[in-house]
Amino acid sequence: MRHCVRIAVGPVQFRIGSDWAGPVAALEHLYAAYPRDDARPADATVRLFAARPWRRWLRPSVHIGGDFVVPGALPLPLSMGLLAAEMAMNLQVALGWRRHLLLHASAVARDGRALIMSGESGSGKSTLAALLGEGDWRLMGDEFTLVDPAGGDAFAFPRAVSLKNEAIAEVAARVDPARLGPLLAGTPKGDIRHLIPRADAVVAMHAPARPALLLFPRFGGAAGIEPMGEGEAFVRLTEASTNYVALGEAGFAALTRLVRETPAFGITYPDSAAGIALVEALWAEAAR
Amino acid sequence: MADRAYRAAPADTLRIEPLGELTAIFDRRSMQTHLVVSPLPEILDAMGADACTPAHIAERLAATFDLGSAEDARPVLAERLCELAAMGLVERA
Repeated sequence: MRHCVRIAVGPVQFRIGSDWAGPVAALEHLYAAYPRDDARPADATVRLFAARPWRRWLRPSVHIGGDFVVPGALPLPLSMGLLAAEMAMNLQVALGWRRHLLLHASAVARDGRALIMSGESGSGKSTLAALLGEGDWRLMGDEFTLVDPAGGDAFAFPRAVSLKNEAIAEVAARVDPARLGPLLAGTPKGDIRHLIPRADAVVAMHAPARPALLLFPRFGGAAGIEPMGEGEAFVRLTEASTNYVALGEAGFAALTRLVRETPAFGITYPDSAAGIALVEALWAEAAR
Repeated sequence: MADRAYRAAPADTLRIEPLGELTAIFDRRSMQTHLVVSPLPEILDAMGADACTPAHIAERLAATFDLGSAEDARPVLAERLCELAAMGLVERA
């Protein structure tokens, strides 16, 4: 393709091709500090392309392609090319990755132990992870957490954090503006702005962390903590995994081990400060 | 119906992991995960490799559990066996 870049996020080497320079330039900015090895074969291929040659210029719209595609997915305008790239990268990992059990969950680590947070879009798992990652935690990822089926360790996938709507101002107030990508206003997912993880999180992205606490956050309502049994955590995480079925018995074994060895709680919280306070309190118990 | 005999799936085809109140069963033949609650795991365990009617199972379970009257337990066990059969975890002997 006309424009191409290779990016390594955690264990995944992406090869991203685009008909336009813009999305590739935006990715090169967000991932400038990530290790680069252009000779390494790609694990996942992403293509951002125009459906017809003239649509590169005339009302340019970005179609998503790659090893895996979602039939009938609507293209995005070129102004949202970075979002298209992010969606395409997520899709390739969600559908194609087999080396780890893939959880749709954010994660942060401290002292070699991981806190994993799983929840629907809007649960605040990304925002909590981003805010914790600005404190004395290592951000492992805001979207996917990888669990090694053999050893049970969690591995990071620290892509640029996708901040949405209210979370943008909350995080922007605390970080160097140079770590923020462009504001993508009015996307199908609302306003989006990417946050480049701290340099220490990128440097440590291959370091495993032992799962120590599983949280299922829910934003809104009074602060509350609900202990969760192994069975319910198992059911929720099978639903939060994009490759549980594909991994077969290896996925079953990894997930039963994870929920047995890791205390799990549902938490509700009215704002980020309350959410972080709950996380720290539960961590103090779990990490003993 | 109540005296129909079933045989459990061979033990090496199932991986059974108790998870608190739920038990997760991975069937290596179908690659499916089944989530069941008591008394289904106990029934599978009591059946072993034998062809069992509800009466047989009631007898075996009574050694460990307080089933009350075996007469009352049999239709309940027959229903549970139907559920296990629907999941493919037991089949008609």
